[in-house]
Amino acid sequence: MSSKYDVLVIGGGNAALCAAISARRGGASVLVLEGAPKFYRGGNTRHTRNMRCAHDAATDILTGPYTEEEFWEDLLRVTGGQTDEVLARHMIRESKDILSWIVEQGVRWQPSLGGTLSLGRTNSFFLGGGRAMLNALYLTAERLGVEVEYDAEVTDLMIEDGMFLAARLKRPINGETEIRATALVAAAGGFEANIEWLKQYWGEAADNFLIRGTPYNRGSILKMLLDKGVQEVGDPTQCHAVAIDARAPKFDGGIITRHDSVVFGIVVNKHAQRFYDEGEDIWPKRYAIWGRLVAAQPDQIAYIIFDSTVVTSFMPTLFPPIAGQTVAELAGKLELDPAALDKTITEFNAAVRPGTFDHTVLDDCRTEGITPQKTHWARRIETPPYLAYPVRPGITFTYLGTRVTREARMLMSDGKPSANMFAAGEIMAGNVLGKGYAAGMGMTIGSVFGRIAGREAAKHARN
Amino acid sequence: MHGTRILDEADRLMTVCNSCRYCEGLCAVFPAMEMRRAFSDGDLNYLANLCHSCGACYVDCQFSPPHEFNVNVPQTLAIARAESYAAYAWPQALSGAFARNGLVISVIAALSMAAFILGFAVLNDRSVLFGVHTGPGAFYRLMPHNAMAALFSAAFLYAILALVMSVRAFWRDIGTPIGGRADGGSIFQAIRDAGELRYLHGGGVGCYNEDEKPTDRRKLYHHLTFYGFLLCFAATSVATLYHYLWGREAPYPWWDLPVVLGTLGGIGLIIGPIGLFAAKMRRDPALLDEQRYGMDVGFIAMLFLTGFTGMLLLLLRETAAMGPLLALHLGAVFALFITMPYGKFVHGIYRFAALVRYAQERRSEAGS
Repeated sequence: MSSKYDVLVIGGGNAALCAAISARRGGASVLVLEGAPKFYRGGNTRHTRNMRCAHDAATDILTGPYTEEEFWEDLLRVTGGQTDEVLARHMIRESKDILSWIVEQGVRWQPSLGGTLSLGRTNSFFLGGGRAMLNALYLTAERLGVEVEYDAEVTDLMIEDGMFLAARLKRPINGETEIRATALVAAAGGFEANIEWLKQYWGEAADNFLIRGTPYNRGSILKMLLDKGVQEVGDPTQCHAVAIDARAPKFDGGIITRHDSVVFGIVVNKHAQRFYDEGEDIWPKRYAIWGRLVAAQPDQIAYIIFDSTVVTSFMPTLFPPIAGQTVAELAGKLELDPAALDKTITEFNAAVRPGTFDHTVLDDCRTEGITPQKTHWARRIETPPYLAYPVRPGITFTYLGTRVTREARMLMSDGKPSANMFAAGEIMAGNVLGKGYAAGMGMTIGSVFGRIAGREAAKHARN
Repeated sequence: MHGTRILDEADRLMTVCNSCRYCEGLCAVFPAMEMRRAFSDGDLNYLANLCHSCGACYVDCQFSPPHEFNVNVPQTLAIARAESYAAYAWPQALSGAFARNGLVISVIAALSMAAFILGFAVLNDRSVLFGVHTGPGAFYRLMPHNAMAALFSAAFLYAILALVMSVRAFWRDIGTPIGGRADGGSIFQAIRDAGELRYLHGGGVGCYNEDEKPTDRRKLYHHLTFYGFLLCFAATSVATLYHYLWGREAPYPWWDLPVVLGTLGGIGLIIGPIGLFAAKMRRDPALLDEQRYGMDVGFIAMLFLTGFTGMLLLLLRETAAMGPLLALHLGAVFALFITMPYGKFVHGIYRFAALVRYAQERRSEAGS
């Protein structure tokens, strides 16, 4: 038994739904295959909260203009130049229109959330967060007549000479079937939840990684495409990793397990030794480096240590800090060597120079005479109770993807564009984002290229 | 740790939500939560009563069940809200009325109506009870006006006293950190927020029933019910003024103010509760405090009965059915009044107090 559609969309997140809606609006019949159950639909989109779009003037939810040029400069800075300029500039230009297009698809904006004022000018926040955004997109897609299947595991893709023919679908009931379609949009994300795949690059350390999104982001579609001759892009060994609470669940802890308290204390490894300048840079840069730093430590664990004077300086946390009236008591609870922790804190305290603390700028509170230095926001840790958060690397997304053109059309390894295969979202984010990250860019890539991919796929199918 | 299991759970959820904050644009609960880092019993009861149960945060939450974080704010706050009614009830000896509220309300309603019918039958001649009465003072041939006014004034005054004492306890408990008296500006803001049900709107898209599609019409039906109730109350008040100031006795002709107000209000009190009941049946059980089904339905039924018997009385007041219908209507209204402090009616009072507190907190934050 087989069925035939104009456009088959594999994936169920922001990019997939934008593609499905745009293809359907372009007159195509559309089937969306989401590998996750309905509750977990949408991949990493479930956990997002905003999108970065260029705009020439302030709006009712954005506090000021964010020009194409400024967006481009930000992208250039965070990627260190590892981006495809033509594609990136095209995306940035298209992002302007997305601000209103996405609203037409039922998504609602709100001003930046409490504690994220630094993004108030550049990023538009989804009212109710990423799942609310997804709900709106699914509702619109269904109203337009897009068909959606959940728990839909695609086990194989039939591709000949860069031409998609059909997908083999394994349903939880009714068994295997073949879905033929005139065009394919692959929007099935990266492989961050595939520990075995991560181990190829990270070794056994990957066993200690926590995955911030659902267990369904396994990258099986990406693997199939690369195996069948689609050109790859992005560093396969790289992933976006932040330090998250070690008590978080293995999968899908989302945003609430994050810690932004590094700057207010010190970070030690399992030997109670400091290993990096905690005061190197302000948020969000410092946020994104700590996952990788912790991944490089023994057993991939570290502890943010601070004292009671700074508890209210950062957002309330899901897990309470572990507390001890003395350094030794805290060390005992953390199963660290008390003498070593005491020595580290004593040496750190002795090295702190006087200064005027201001966490909003690179202030003059620093250490002298210890390695590594803490170059800003260094204050003594001396007021009990002593507090700690255990942290591990939390993997957000991977960079490996399929190379695409401006039309979101996949390029084959021989350099020729595919006749009918398109990609959008995290599966092709590596084209624009060779490394690094700035808040909201993943959603920009998803919506912009999703919309383009759907439009182009429908155009192909209707011709 | 808090006094009850549900407050412990509410505390756990507010800790989860406070580290996420994605829902802060949906309603007043989350901005109020963000003003705190820890939650006392009073804080949680405040947040519980601030929640309008639109359901948006449940369908928008990436951590709602089956996620292991098991975040279900609407249901948890609904249970906490109902338990807060009992916790603040005055006198405390009657707080048990909330436990089996459906039963309590129906028994009191049945007894009240039976008492009026019996009273009419015992005190009046059979020919009077089933007689046709018209013209001014027709009703008072069955029950003297002064007796009626005294009985209902007593019931109403008791209800007011019990409500004031209850909400006073609530207000004191949610007092920190603002404390003190409510200012005029905050009260005016709360009247607007309550009057338009500002937070019963799912963050702007509407409220939720059985799935993630915003299809709920409770806001409309609540408006019909609430404003219907107010119109009926206004009708009674105007009639009382007519009686004492100008000596004009009921029943009044159909075009006169008390009848016009009562008719419009009665229509609202019939359609509104039916709509609310139908909406209740369609809601996702995951959002609801099913233990309090009886309390919710009991109150809806009392409002409906009040409106329905009132409209029947208006339509049939010139027939022999007037006597028994008057007894039924008075019984329904009497039961509604005396059960007010011990049933779902209090939700409006506590929520209004919570809205005043919220308006105060917003002003204080903006001013600081």
